[in-house]
Amino acid sequence: MRGASRSKNTQDLDKRVCMTNCPTLIVTVGLPARGKTYISKKLTRYLNWIDVPTKEFNVGQYRRECVKIYKSFEFFRPDNEEGLKIRKQCALAALNDVRQFLTDEGGQVAVFDATNTTRERRETIIRFAEQNGFKVFFVESVCEDPDVIAENIVQVKLGSPDYTHCNTEEAVADFMKRIKCYENSYQPLDEELDRDLSFIKIIDVGRRYLVNRVQDHIQSRIVYYLMNIHITPRSIYLCRHGESDLNIKGRIGGDSGLSARGKEFAKALGQFIQSQNIRDLKVWTSQMKRTIQTAEALGVQYEQWKALNEIDAGVCEELMYEEIQQRYPLEFALRDQDKYRYRYPKGESYEDLVQRLEPVIMELERQENVLVICHQAVMRCLLAYFLDKTAEELPYLKCTLHTVLKLTPMAYGCKVESVCLNVDAVNTHRDRPSNVNVHRTAEDALQTVPPHF
Amino acid sequence: MDTFAKEFHRRTRCDSAASRPQFTNCPTMIVMVGLPARGKTYISKKLTRYLNWIGVPTQVFNLGQYRREVVQTYKNYEFFRPDNEEAMKIRRSCATNALKDIANYFTKEQGQVAVFDATNTTRERRGVIISFAKERGYKVFFIESVCDDLEIIEENIMQVKLSSPDYENYDKEEALVDFLKRIDCYKLSYVPLDEEKDRHLSFIKIFNVGSRYLVNHVQDHIQSRIVYYLMNIHVTPRSIYLSRHGESELNLLGRIGGDSGLSSQGLKYAKALAEFIRGQSIKDLKVWSSHMKRTIQTAEALGVPYEQWKALNEIDAGVCEEMMYEEIQATHPEEFALRDQDKYRYRYPKGESYEDLVHRLEPVIMELERQENVLVICHQAVMRCLLAYFLDKSADDLPYLKCPLHTVLKLTPLAYGCKVESFYLNIQAVNTHRDRPPNVNIARKTEEALQTVPEHQ
Repeated sequence: MRGASRSKNTQDLDKRVCMTNCPTLIVTVGLPARGKTYISKKLTRYLNWIDVPTKEFNVGQYRRECVKIYKSFEFFRPDNEEGLKIRKQCALAALNDVRQFLTDEGGQVAVFDATNTTRERRETIIRFAEQNGFKVFFVESVCEDPDVIAENIVQVKLGSPDYTHCNTEEAVADFMKRIKCYENSYQPLDEELDRDLSFIKIIDVGRRYLVNRVQDHIQSRIVYYLMNIHITPRSIYLCRHGESDLNIKGRIGGDSGLSARGKEFAKALGQFIQSQNIRDLKVWTSQMKRTIQTAEALGVQYEQWKALNEIDAGVCEELMYEEIQQRYPLEFALRDQDKYRYRYPKGESYEDLVQRLEPVIMELERQENVLVICHQAVMRCLLAYFLDKTAEELPYLKCTLHTVLKLTPMAYGCKVESVCLNVDAVNTHRDRPSNVNVHRTAEDALQTVPPHF
Repeated sequence: MDTFAKEFHRRTRCDSAASRPQFTNCPTMIVMVGLPARGKTYISKKLTRYLNWIGVPTQVFNLGQYRREVVQTYKNYEFFRPDNEEAMKIRRSCATNALKDIANYFTKEQGQVAVFDATNTTRERRGVIISFAKERGYKVFFIESVCDDLEIIEENIMQVKLSSPDYENYDKEEALVDFLKRIDCYKLSYVPLDEEKDRHLSFIKIFNVGSRYLVNHVQDHIQSRIVYYLMNIHVTPRSIYLSRHGESELNLLGRIGGDSGLSSQGLKYAKALAEFIRGQSIKDLKVWSSHMKRTIQTAEALGVPYEQWKALNEIDAGVCEEMMYEEIQATHPEEFALRDQDKYRYRYPKGESYEDLVHRLEPVIMELERQENVLVICHQAVMRCLLAYFLDKSADDLPYLKCPLHTVLKLTPLAYGCKVESFYLNIQAVNTHRDRPPNVNIARKTEEALQTVPEHQ
């Protein structure tokens, strides 16, 4: 891959810290409605964002494919032989797919999302992992708070395919009975009996954690992540700085101040934020003039993060796309070929940006209401994390000037509300042109460049 | 402020308080808990070193030291007997003095974290500390080390207790016997942190040197970082080798930064490094380089797998990249002077500061803590930052640490610190170390600015 400092001899494997020598199987443990699927999906999203190929395997989904229609909790009764047979088959089918993902498809982490509440079931999984050379890390969620469980059921169970034909009360009643089916045979991970296993026990949604035998880097990162996430309702506001002088000229990068319209946006942003009546809002900016000026207009305290600075375009800093095409037509084409991994000579790639932004994401997870005033490429990376976008999509996400995105975690994902503050600005979004060949004409290269002064 | 000073202020300070995310709003007291010889002082010192390195002003307050100042000579374990009223009085007053000093550190010395290193084994003592903190608005985070592995405890005693001032006049066996009796004095009244009774406290319980952790009620960012750090450190013996790339083409020309390849001397060094490494017979050595040609070429000569870290790239000198110091003085004389005034915080225009470098290197340090034997092939400024972490150097010393070309530093953790062995591999190289000149005034003459520039082609 072309880029300023990449040696031609090293393989892709060397380009980041080798997180795992062998693949890792993460196994969730816990009664229904303890947040296992929430954790599985969130963890999977995070690992994929930091470039660790991860996939989740939800046994409930396998069961739904097998048993087309869910009748009632009776399916889960411990004395329902037929039910047990089917459930065991589904677990094995899922494990088979896990094996395929980790061994044949280049996966590094598989998240096996099921109750796995008996020591016997966990033993089966451990044996499976040993046979295949996978490391195992258990993530157990223990919670006895009835309010949390009830809220959980409302948020994600009522909307489940299992309950499409039920009304709310029926669904809740049935689900509570379903949980009861597991309770008698539930053997939580034990610090004595399971002292040789690697696991984290999450107690009461993160109030307390028991961490046992972390084996390697990826498990350490997973533990750190799990200990930083929370489920307190909050919103994250993402926006770019107001339009800058360089934006108007169609120039990338640099460290210019706000244009007149940009200053208007900053004021409008201040008004918008006030109208939202956000509790304890934290405001973050980068260390570049344009985000700082934008934040200043809000009249509240803000923190500057160097990590939020715009992508460094190296030799292309402050150039117009037309100039990049003129001086570096080859680089320009290479970037269009692989915008995520392409690194500007003496600059950065989106891939580098994601690495740089990881501590920002970690702190965003810890925080509650935050407004992040940043830049186009940076905002694309953050958005890709919250909306689970791939590396291919990430560099083309639309993050227009003078528009605020309000992200609110909801069920297993994120609700996005887009608020345009009605202050005109140039468009800085350049789509991938149809022709990315290094021999293309200048016109082909500049086909998608947005208009500017 | 005039425009020039404003620009300096903006570039180098970046509204210092806001230039980095606030780790703590109010000061934090970290309170150690545990029987003697459970690694409390080891953890206290290591954690303090780490927090200071990442820019959080931290200090250790070791109760044993207060006691040694009051009771000039240590006789024997009887001092620690629970029925020794006289001693109890002294020990309580030492604790009070330590707490006073902590308050002083927070209010008068801008400290952010204080590590109270003592056994704190009774709920009563911990209660006193909690009240003290509550009155003043300090957060409290407990770190308890629990260990019942006799081998570990004895190794501990051998490594750090026998050489303690307390045991200057003892021979080894006597010291061991006395210390074990000392531990017994605490055992009866020891009330460990309890997940039920102490569920409102914030703490981490470390079992058997890290095989298990219980983490309760982490309140904020700094506590979360502390927990992450504690969960990554280990005490397995190992060595860390630090070296720069072999001499580069730009080094020869006296030019900074850039991405040039090795000079012929540099290539010789790479081969010599390979021989040296083989000679050391290191178990499972990991080799890391940056993404720049010169470290990669150096690593290649070793003939073993190596990992590239972009985070290990040399400091970005921005507009000064690939310039000679003479050129920097000619084209950017004020910048050159400003850098000499505050080399740690100074950020090259469109480049980085040492302070930025430390932030960038934090994940490298974290992974170094997790690993065992590692050879890091990096660059001058980067190596200074890493060395400052291991040798607990201040921000003022850091940018002037001597890291010459063609010299390998072998760091081996020992007791509470780090043993350093320096190996010059006998391959000639230019000197790239520029000391702080006596005159750092913006109005200084060119000769004064260039006084300490090392020779080059």
